[in-house]
Amino acid sequence: MHRVLVANRGEIALRVIRACRELELETVAVYSSADETALHVRKADAAICIGKPAARQSYLNHDALIDAARRSGADAVHPGYGFLSENAEFARRCEAEGLVWVGPSAAAIEKMGDKAAARRLAEAAEVPVVPGTHGTVTPEQAVSAGVRIGYPVMIKAAGGGGGRGIRVAHGAEELEGGAQQAAREAEAAFGNRALYLERLIEAPRHVEVQVLADGHGNAIHLYERECSLQRRRQKLLEESPSPALEPSTRAAMAASAVRLAEAAGYVNAGTVEFLLDDAGGFYFIEMNTRIQVEHPVTEMITGVDLVKEQLVIAAGEPMTIAQADVSQRGAAIEFRITAENPDADFQPSPGRIDGLELPGGPGVRVDTALYDGYSVPPFYDSLVAKLIVWGRDRAEAIARGRRALEEFVIGGIHTTVPFHRRMLADDGFCRGEYHTDYLAMSA
Amino acid sequence: MSDKTIKAPLPGTFYRRADPGADPFVSEGDSVQAGDVVGLVEIMKSFHEVKADAGGVVERFLVENEDTVEAGQDLAVLGD
Repeated sequence: MHRVLVANRGEIALRVIRACRELELETVAVYSSADETALHVRKADAAICIGKPAARQSYLNHDALIDAARRSGADAVHPGYGFLSENAEFARRCEAEGLVWVGPSAAAIEKMGDKAAARRLAEAAEVPVVPGTHGTVTPEQAVSAGVRIGYPVMIKAAGGGGGRGIRVAHGAEELEGGAQQAAREAEAAFGNRALYLERLIEAPRHVEVQVLADGHGNAIHLYERECSLQRRRQKLLEESPSPALEPSTRAAMAASAVRLAEAAGYVNAGTVEFLLDDAGGFYFIEMNTRIQVEHPVTEMITGVDLVKEQLVIAAGEPMTIAQADVSQRGAAIEFRITAENPDADFQPSPGRIDGLELPGGPGVRVDTALYDGYSVPPFYDSLVAKLIVWGRDRAEAIARGRRALEEFVIGGIHTTVPFHRRMLADDGFCRGEYHTDYLAMSA
Repeated sequence: MSDKTIKAPLPGTFYRRADPGADPFVSEGDSVQAGDVVGLVEIMKSFHEVKADAGGVVERFLVENEDTVEAGQDLAVLGD
């Protein structure tokens, strides 16, 4: 492996280029015609235009990317996050073309992309999943199933989908009546009265565990990331350690994530996502088979460069660290800065940057592809910068976050910097008391 | 008489259909009322409706489906 094609744009393309450079790997950037002036194009050793602005005609175009790899002599492809990073077909195509895919195998992407298969795998590996019925039940069977699952329980029609016809029961009586009614409605709507039951985790936290596994039988975790601060299911900031995890829960969750990676025969970096309830119960929801936006949080508390480990693992070498080398040191918070107006319902705000002052100093990291005078195009994700702060403890990280957000100036467009300043003045956040519905409930 | 136009509310990619398999929101020659949806603009992975701000007959589109548009750009000519 000598030359890596970076099949992405923006800050993550730059992040991958930096990791490659430290490993003395050459880099090839790709760009759409809307990204001719983008920073990742200038920072790579070579750059190839792969098509028109619309992602489908450039960053998602398999043929154009494979052709760019061929023409540039690249022997590996790093997909970053988003775009084709979890596209098993493209991963398989790269493998077939003799290109090293810097990520898990196409088979592993497929296995984890199939939610039912991933759940079965988790159960087999003794990883807790959200309690529910195995298959469907009749309304008459529902009450005994409800006792086993635990309340509150969601009643879902087997023929439904997209949240249609979901009812919630808080006890046996509600479940009996609700199941009968749900079955009648389901029969009328879908011609199928079969039901599923699943425990409703109320106001859950979203906590995920970073794992790394190599092709030499080593699989480790790098602790958790707390990702509960969300707006419409989009993460706004992430932190580690999670303020909600007891040490014993943390250890059990991390061990579960490693067991799942091992059971899946998973190789490369991945993230195992869990819901956490207020009693400390945790439940597997899915595995993300890519590097994640919020990976720097883990890098700040462990000192491990996850993208370099991805490259080392993809090259077929053992990862450079063992579990015993990984400790959770201090506290880190990542703020996602997007080109959106937090005072106008987060309306997108692309355009020319007029005045850019990045924060710095102790414990501050900024991952961005912005520069003064750059025009943020309207065609892609609104993420324009990630501010990551580290402190010896959460209080110091918050103080650094406040200070860095005060320093941060992005002129010319609206960004979510003011939103994050407000979050760090929010008592609930500062006490670490928040969950995935926190913003919706406080709005 | 005329010519009113329907303008792009935001920059991005213009679509005449809700999804690739669907019929266009409106075709040339169709009558529209103020507030009718005539297309979508995709900006930063979110979709925003383009609405006629006056009634009339859609005489012709000035951009193709999936064209890149600027904020305020004329998308279609509206006749009486």
